[in-house]
Amino acid sequence: MNRSASRTVLLDAALVGVIAILIVASLLIGQVHLPLGDVIGGALGAAPAKSTIIIQQLRLPRTLLALLAGAGLGLAGAVLQGFLRNPLADPGVIGISAAGSLGAVVAIYFGIYAASAWVIPLGAMSTCAVATIILYVIAARNVGTLTLLLAGIAINSLCLALISLCMNLSTNPYAVSEMVFWLMGSVSNRTLFDLGIAAPFVLAGILILLRSGKVLDAMSLGEEVARSLGVALQRERIFLIGGVACIVGGVVSVAGGIGFVGLVVPHLMRPLAGHLPSRILVPSMLGGAALLLAADIVVRLMANGPELQLGVLTSLIGAPFFFYLIVRRKALSDE
Amino acid sequence: MSRLTVRDLSVWLQGAPIVRNVSCAVGAGEIVGVIGPNGAGKSTLLRAACALIPAAAGAAVLDGQEITAMSPDARARAIAYLPQRHVLHWDLSLSQVVSLGRLPHVSGMDRLTPADRDAIGRAMEIAEITAFADRRVGTLSGGELARGMLARALAVEAPLLFADEPVAALDPYHALHIMELLRDLARSGRAVLVVLHDLTLALRFCDRLLLLQGGRLIAEGAPQDVLVPERLEAAYRVNAEYGVRAGEPYIVPWTRLPGGGLG
Repeated sequence: MNRSASRTVLLDAALVGVIAILIVASLLIGQVHLPLGDVIGGALGAAPAKSTIIIQQLRLPRTLLALLAGAGLGLAGAVLQGFLRNPLADPGVIGISAAGSLGAVVAIYFGIYAASAWVIPLGAMSTCAVATIILYVIAARNVGTLTLLLAGIAINSLCLALISLCMNLSTNPYAVSEMVFWLMGSVSNRTLFDLGIAAPFVLAGILILLRSGKVLDAMSLGEEVARSLGVALQRERIFLIGGVACIVGGVVSVAGGIGFVGLVVPHLMRPLAGHLPSRILVPSMLGGAALLLAADIVVRLMANGPELQLGVLTSLIGAPFFFYLIVRRKALSDE
Repeated sequence: MSRLTVRDLSVWLQGAPIVRNVSCAVGAGEIVGVIGPNGAGKSTLLRAACALIPAAAGAAVLDGQEITAMSPDARARAIAYLPQRHVLHWDLSLSQVVSLGRLPHVSGMDRLTPADRDAIGRAMEIAEITAFADRRVGTLSGGELARGMLARALAVEAPLLFADEPVAALDPYHALHIMELLRDLARSGRAVLVVLHDLTLALRFCDRLLLLQGGRLIAEGAPQDVLVPERLEAAYRVNAEYGVRAGEPYIVPWTRLPGGGLG
């Protein structure tokens, strides 16, 4: 027990180191070559104006947003997998992610998004809030966790159908391409303003979810035993849904739909940190941040022609990797 | 000395009465068996008595305090619950699973104190699983798993233990082993409430029996007084063979009575 706990600390430290290296790389890499001195100076506001603008208005927001979104999605995935006791769960399954996308797509559909930088984030957050309230109403009826999961899947499907409807009915091809790009998910061309919108929600959600380790550990013995161990399930559900909704709402409202991070990262961390749900929370948060920032660096390195959208890359890498994890898992359990 | 008293407890599930007006008690130092045919309400009584499901009427009172009025943690520290089906969702080692029994006492698994580790060690010793504590739960046999899950419940170190059919899927050797462990626990001062289907185990190992049928308590008392032929016929709809071996009675259900079962 002590051994695996100290292994988790080592893992966390290693991930922090990786993140630090990735931050430096992320600030160095871009279409304009900047020497390290300008990067550091730019971050501190002490470099030539051009370098300062590139660092402070392009690379820094992008880097921070990738870290924030990755950390939030990785943690939310680990919590949902533990809470739903389903290794296939990710922030998408409870429908809040698709709900946020729907809000943004509707804002684009009606052409009001050009009016203010607030429109798309507000649209996404309001639909996230509606989806969260629906989940709360269902959870308040003291149904099982499976019912909650199925309700989330239904919300997810309905939102995707409504997104398709918006695209279908849109007479403006520019609007449709805006929607498609937005749905792909990206952190490029985001500003510190965008970061400022997302950060309070994502950080609040992270704080809520980091406290859920005890509940998730108890849940690994099933809901009934968890309650016999003192878990107030009804109340904890409210907290967990709220925490996930804050994170997903914050991320979706400024970065669009970035898939697979929440699903894959906990699976990457389990062999390293052990299977106890509480042990993978911090590693999944750090791992998610590292993975998404690394993916965003890859996107920039590949930028010949149209830039690959971050969400496309995470899914392109994430899906086959997830397939590999499933096949390996099956092989192990068949032994 | 803890004592749980159940007063006029009724439980409805999905519009049907499952437990009706049951009153009973279990105190420190005794092992009380809950018996009855399938669907008699045994598990429901157990779960309602530790507030896992709400009661429609009546109350369970632990040392003067209604259990529904206790905080979830205080209740969890007072009553350890061992369910009939063993659920484990992640690939944990047996010692990790046993450690989960300390959750009512700590704020998280990374906050286990030396006292918690002692309790975990004691629970594993009592259940005789120390030798394979590091093995993954998925690799254990049914008997090992049953003892492991019992150790998880024991690690709570609650004065009361509720066990729902702890020997249901076990071979005779392991069934006897679990019953001996439960009896020893009662002898060491805990109160044990255990649901059983094996009438001989109920007869031999329990201090008192509660016989349920159709949600009602139809008999209560010393095992020999409860497990008499007319009651077995009425409750279980079976004829049984009675015998005595080395001074201890046993019962072997032998034939079904005509007219069908009750549950």
